Amino acid sequence: MLAFISRRLLQSVFVMLAVSLIAFTLFRFVGDPVAQMVGQETSVADQERIRDSLGLNDPITTQFVSFVSDLITGNFGFSYRTRQPISEMILSRMPATIELGIVSLLISLLIGVPAGIYTALHRGGAIANTILVTTLIGISIPTFVIGIFLIFIFGVQLGWLPTFGRGDVVTIGWWQTNFLTIDGWRSLLLPALTLGVYQLTLTMRLVRSEMQDVMKTDFIKFARARGINRHSIHYNHALRNTMVPVITIIGLQFGGVIAFSIVTESVFQWPGMGLLFLDSIRYVDIPVMSVYLVLIALMFVVINLIVDLLYAVIDPRVRTGATH
Amino acid sequence: MLSRLKRASVENELLYLFLHSRVAQLAALISVLMMGAAALAAFVAPSNPYDLASFDLLDSLLPPSYMDGGDARFLIGTDDQGRDLLSAILYGTRLSLTVGLLSVAFASILGVTLGLMAGYLGGRFDTIVMRIADVQLSLPAILTALLIDGIARGILPQQRHDDLMLVVLTVAIGLSLWVNFARTARASTFVEKNKEYVQATQIMGMHPLRIMFVQILPNILGPIMVILTVDLAVAILLEATLSFLGVGVPPNQPSLGTLIRIGTEYLFSGEWWIVIFPSLTLVVLIVAVNVLGDFLRDALNPKLR
Amino acid sequence: MDKLLSVNNLSVMIPTRFGDFLAVDSINLDVKEGQIHGLVGESGAGKSTIGAAIIGLLETPAFVSSGTIKLLGQSLTELDNQTLEGLRGRRISMIFQDPQTSLNPLLSISDQLVETIRQHRSMSRDEARKAAIELLEETGINNAAQRIDDYPHQFSGGMRQRVVIALALCTEPALIIADEPTTALDVSVQKQILKLIRDLAKQRGVGVILITHDIGVIAEITDEVTVLRYGRVVEHGKTPKVLGSPDETYTQQLMAAVPRLDKRLDRFVNIASDDHRIDGNTAWQVKGANDQHASQWLLNNPTSQSVPAADQTELSTSDSSTSVLQVQNLSVTYDAKRSWFGKKTGFQALNDISFDIKPGEVLGVVGESGSGKSTLAKAIAGLVPVSQGAMWFNGTNLPDAAQRARTHPARRQIQMVFQDPYSSLNNRRTVEAILTESLRFYGLADKGAPSRKLVASMLELVEMPQRAMLKYPHQFSGGQRQRIAIARALMARPDFLICDEPTSALDVSIQAQILNLLKELQKNLGLTIVFISHNLAVVRQMADTVMVLRNGEHVESGLNEDFFTNPAADYSQQLLRESPSLELLLTD
Repeated sequence: MLAFISRRLLQSVFVMLAVSLIAFTLFRFVGDPVAQMVGQETSVADQERIRDSLGLNDPITTQFVSFVSDLITGNFGFSYRTRQPISEMILSRMPATIELGIVSLLISLLIGVPAGIYTALHRGGAIANTILVTTLIGISIPTFVIGIFLIFIFGVQLGWLPTFGRGDVVTIGWWQTNFLTIDGWRSLLLPALTLGVYQLTLTMRLVRSEMQDVMKTDFIKFARARGINRHSIHYNHALRNTMVPVITIIGLQFGGVIAFSIVTESVFQWPGMGLLFLDSIRYVDIPVMSVYLVLIALMFVVINLIVDLLYAVIDPRVRTGATH
Repeated sequence: MLSRLKRASVENELLYLFLHSRVAQLAALISVLMMGAAALAAFVAPSNPYDLASFDLLDSLLPPSYMDGGDARFLIGTDDQGRDLLSAILYGTRLSLTVGLLSVAFASILGVTLGLMAGYLGGRFDTIVMRIADVQLSLPAILTALLIDGIARGILPQQRHDDLMLVVLTVAIGLSLWVNFARTARASTFVEKNKEYVQATQIMGMHPLRIMFVQILPNILGPIMVILTVDLAVAILLEATLSFLGVGVPPNQPSLGTLIRIGTEYLFSGEWWIVIFPSLTLVVLIVAVNVLGDFLRDALNPKLR
Repeated sequence: MDKLLSVNNLSVMIPTRFGDFLAVDSINLDVKEGQIHGLVGESGAGKSTIGAAIIGLLETPAFVSSGTIKLLGQSLTELDNQTLEGLRGRRISMIFQDPQTSLNPLLSISDQLVETIRQHRSMSRDEARKAAIELLEETGINNAAQRIDDYPHQFSGGMRQRVVIALALCTEPALIIADEPTTALDVSVQKQILKLIRDLAKQRGVGVILITHDIGVIAEITDEVTVLRYGRVVEHGKTPKVLGSPDETYTQQLMAAVPRLDKRLDRFVNIASDDHRIDGNTAWQVKGANDQHASQWLLNNPTSQSVPAADQTELSTSDSSTSVLQVQNLSVTYDAKRSWFGKKTGFQALNDISFDIKPGEVLGVVGESGSGKSTLAKAIAGLVPVSQGAMWFNGTNLPDAAQRARTHPARRQIQMVFQDPYSSLNNRRTVEAILTESLRFYGLADKGAPSRKLVASMLELVEMPQRAMLKYPHQFSGGQRQRIAIARALMARPDFLICDEPTSALDVSIQAQILNLLKELQKNLGLTIVFISHNLAVVRQMADTVMVLRNGEHVESGLNEDFFTNPAADYSQQLLRESPSLELLLTD
């Protein structure tokens, strides 16, 4: 068990190093950092001095090591475009993205999992089929189109809900939250729905297919042959086994939420990290791009570690260190 | 127990199920029609939306012809530059499909080759490929595509970048999708590799490349076909998203995503058709491809039958 | 004894798109208290379907189309689903084939037992747990009070099946349906589990329906037996009577096809004829192709004794010239995959094995799972590297998988027939392409007409119609596929054949046909064969000499007759004792 976790930790460190290397390569070799920082009129000698003071003339390995240690200590450098410290930029944008992500993930899980179970257990039923067709259309509509449709209906035609920005927020320390005002919730609703719908359909389809597979296993047949009641077969025996693969995918979906938050934030002008990243791409603001990249990978790795721990909770084969 | 029943090959099975699935037939019909219309856009479109000289700003923002103020020349209206929306949609669909097909072809060749080799050879090669895939997986497809596009902007001068936009886009989307193919090919190869027909060729001393690509590859095409279809939908969706975000195709050659982006600016002022018609086209196209993918997945998955 | 279960005129229909398929056709069946009733038949006999119909777990779209099932006087076919669900477990229970998959891996044994008991009997959690522990002890789990909190994966295969039996019994049902309960187990474990089922049936007065393809199992524990074929009852009666002096031709054929331990037959006689004349179309012929052509081609193998000069290393032992294959102190260690602990542990699959095989000899290799018999085959065939020891083939050093060049002559001279005919042929290639492959690869025949003629002739030699070459493997049955697999091995013009469990995936009558074919080919072509099997009776019929392996170690070697009449090692004696045998029933 401990060995399992420590091996996963090692793998995570590897992934993080690889992503840091990509970020470093981006930062160091895509365009000239010095040329980006100084104006046209700076002399070559001055540029060379800056280059030296930034350590850009050190051996590449030394540069990489100091790049990584800077990242670890939270020293993310400055944006080419705004000249602000990147850490500040990210910190001010992070709460918006996290709150949006959490709400949409909750929407996706709270509706997706029960709907998946229902369609798996009522295969061929009218309601189940309707849900299925709906989800097929659901995964086929690009996030931004969903957003536009929602804006068109609730913002333009009905005028019920705000269609851009975070609305009224409450500031607690450095964290600005939508959760404490009515206007905040109203502003959050459309973006969260937009982001949640795609994940919801994915969750539902996954839970459904895994549950269907489990329902066909011998141990479920045996449980039925022993006369175990239907409720227990579905929710104790089958659901537990369904959860093992589903947890993995939910972990991955968190990544999907982050990725598509870029799109959602763009549609609703939601001032989060995604919008920041999009600007950095549009203006080739390499330092911001590379830091965003590393942070996203870190989030992923942490979530995957949590998923592994959950595995151990659910599956005794992992817990007791059995060789499958 | 069903051994006394007629045995049917996978192909016959697929054909049978297809002939008995109205939904799959409809989806295939729509896909073929849309692809055909897109391929023949130069001939069927009323005007050429890439030719700036052919449209007039006086025609801009005209509603569909059946509405008040509509113009018979423009069946579903015009955009902000006086472009015929129908023509723009046909050309846009052509662009979206081209990028989608090319990037999926790129992703599948790269992914299947790597996955097949990783699954068959195992060992260090497998470890390296799968570690790279792990890293890739920790960066969602859209992020990878955005990133590659960003790098290309950093490396290439503006003019070259616009010229190479389609190539960059294809590579960006292709690179973000190869992992799916690699993992599927690898998993199927693992199963096939341990089958005895492969051992028989190993005993003979057949060259590993020949075993992989002549013996095993035809046996793993089923699951790869499924990924191919599903990922075509994803690629079209990614292209549209990137173009919508303004980092995709160049603005003088609008794809469906670009048209939608332009349209959103007029959503509040009442010119809804600029955004709605391209959106509907995009959704219908992706739904049709996804339905086919779903059909293939169910038909090729013996567990569900 | 009272009639516990009576099945009258039961028919089960499976609608398919090729039409409705009558899987079970008006069968009758009676089971009494404490009685074990065997249902035996080959694949497609509908025996499992009958079991599923009785317990009401037929898989859609199958349904009971007519007939009645009465349990303790109550008609099950007339009950609604709800009542039937209530009866399931309480009155009827079931034991499945594979103990690896029939327990929920995420719930502890105690969770599963306690839940099942409390489902049917009003007991507190503690009482149920106490009852569960008693039951586990009764089914032969040592230290049950501690082990009850373990999870399924912490038990071995045989122990898991005991847990499964405890689960089936914990509701005190009147009838248990056991569907191939020992097929996934080794012989020694099989014997114990069968004895357990028998004892429990007698002590508790439970009726048992035992479904199996294995006549040995039927002979071992059943009181009555029903022989099924194509969903119909062929014959029914007391087990000794039906197996000992069957009335029906099919039963007689079935019995004749069962390999015997007591004596070696030249060939199986009076077995059912094959269905190998596909389409009944034998008119399709390649010009000049016949089995004579194939066997002449194989016999006139110009390369069979030639040995590449470069590879020659003299053997010190004197009789090396007369051995085809000589194996010295062979060990194989698998580098096991990393375990959950992250440690790398080597697994010693074979340890210090030595033997040699003379030309035209058939060496039978016997052992239970994990004995290393398949590893031995793979080591000789050049599929797994050897960690220690040496192999000599036709007097020259035979390199192992890591060293054997792709062009090494042994790659052609040593060929293999595999266990699973469903995975040993590439489904995406026609039979002709499969059979032509080695001709082309080794340059044994010219493209076009000569190749075609050889392929057609080889098919004749393995008693397949020539037309088969135009088809794909999926169009053939298991037995036909195995014939094609044998033809494929022969197409390389081998001197040496490794048969790794070539019949264990086949029905008993098909097995007899394939064994007959192999015997004939061996005799006519003078093939040298290593014949690997877990089934002692099959080896008894095939081998000249026998070698027993256990956990990768050599146990005993000897001539066929000597070994089977008078085995020296304790383990060999135990193996022979535990093998299901028909001796008690057979009269001659």
